[in-house]
Amino acid sequence: MIRLVGIEKKFGEQSVLQGVDLSIPVGKLTTIIGGSGSGKSVLLKHMIGLIQPDRGEVWVGDVEISCLSGMRLNDVRKQFAMLFQGAALFDSLSVFENVAFPLREKLRMKGPGVAKRVEEKLEEVGLAGMGHKFPAELSGGMRKRAGLARALVMEPEIILFDEPTTGLDPLLAKSIHDLIVAMQRRFGFTAVMVSHEIPEIFGISDWVAMLRNGKIALMATAADFQRTTDPEIREFISVGGTVALPGSLAG
Amino acid sequence: MMSVIKRLGAWAIMRVREMGRMLLFMLSAFAWLVRPPFRFHQFMKQLHFIGYKSLFVVVLTAGFTGMVLALQGYYSLRKFGSEGLLGSAVALSMIRELGPVLAALMVTARAGSAMTAEIGIMRITEQIDALDTMAINPMQYLVAPKLVGGLIGVPLLVAIFDVVGIYGGSLVGVDLLGVSEGAYWNSIASAVEWKDVYGGILKSISFGLIVSVVCCYKGFYTRQSAEGLGRATTEAVVLSSVLILVCDYFLTSVLL
Repeated sequence: MIRLVGIEKKFGEQSVLQGVDLSIPVGKLTTIIGGSGSGKSVLLKHMIGLIQPDRGEVWVGDVEISCLSGMRLNDVRKQFAMLFQGAALFDSLSVFENVAFPLREKLRMKGPGVAKRVEEKLEEVGLAGMGHKFPAELSGGMRKRAGLARALVMEPEIILFDEPTTGLDPLLAKSIHDLIVAMQRRFGFTAVMVSHEIPEIFGISDWVAMLRNGKIALMATAADFQRTTDPEIREFISVGGTVALPGSLAG
Repeated sequence: MMSVIKRLGAWAIMRVREMGRMLLFMLSAFAWLVRPPFRFHQFMKQLHFIGYKSLFVVVLTAGFTGMVLALQGYYSLRKFGSEGLLGSAVALSMIRELGPVLAALMVTARAGSAMTAEIGIMRITEQIDALDTMAINPMQYLVAPKLVGGLIGVPLLVAIFDVVGIYGGSLVGVDLLGVSEGAYWNSIASAVEWKDVYGGILKSISFGLIVSVVCCYKGFYTRQSAEGLGRATTEAVVLSSVLILVCDYFLTSVLL
């Protein structure tokens, strides 16, 4: 389980996180929402040690990673994969080579075993036969799919998704969401997603957390989250277009 | 007046800090270099990129440098009736000074700027973060091979630069201006000592290190914008070039 305790982070004079306490449930899909520039991606990057907090602790299982670096941090990161906003595919490598990259460079795998695993993942994300293409030749949705295949190929225990549908049209965004949910249900990994896609995220997430003023304002199951009585949160999710569940108004 | 001194002091502190960070960056890259896994194909790729792909521009520059050196040297030496020493003048200038400096400047312009841009784009598009998340250290995967490429590639290019430059000098001195071929080559054999060659090698290794460290560092810490990348590339080329010339002065003082 990932646990953040009292995380504080400043960039220059700007205080982005001001004491975040958050526990991510194992084997569930948790989505973090919040306004633009509220620090969602920064929070996500703390979970994998890409950003170190100024204060506070980041626990992955029973290891506190905020004080780790080098090989010891890499050992913890082996449990993780991450899908970046722009997919972060290596543009000098083909899709096949991108997906094979962690197998070859990290696991030092060679030969037909690599090809088998890569083709399998490409098929799962709907990119069968696209392995020869380069990232520049792919559409936004296909790049995200390729990024997801690369994240899945190491069969990690935890996958972090940083705004996986940004820049995609609603249909493509839905297909990426469906794919993430299908993969999460199938492989049972712990998923943490940062997203702006309200109300869609309520339909796919097990848990939803909202970041506001540098702190977690609310974390609840998707259904309970929509029943909140906090006026600011209600406004935030209603502007996003969600339909209030029966009974929520009475509360 | 005080504010000028204050600003100057702040600028100096910032520069010294950056030099310190650059030194730590280099030490970290060397530390990762000696840790497994060793990616031989990455080293060869960088050697090919920094060395082989810079060959054309280096040969072209060397040829014309040798030619112009012979031309200038001939008219100066003729005044003293010492045209026979043209070969030694060209060779010593090439081996001790111009070869290492000009080859390193050419590598900075061609390969160094490309290194900064490549790493910088990887930074902006989160490809370096992606390496981190895969538990692959970017210093080991990206920077260390480029360091080795610079350390091995630049001395090899300098050696080629020297030879081509000397032949360029011969083309103008012997074939065009009529200096005796025997005198040209004999003066080289008698004037050039191993000490000169070692000095050139030492300089070229130092310059190779400067180019690769500065250019990788500037790319690695590029700010997250296209403007930041442009600035990083310019700074990398300017700083590498200035450091090469400054380092050249100090090395020459020590080696003389």
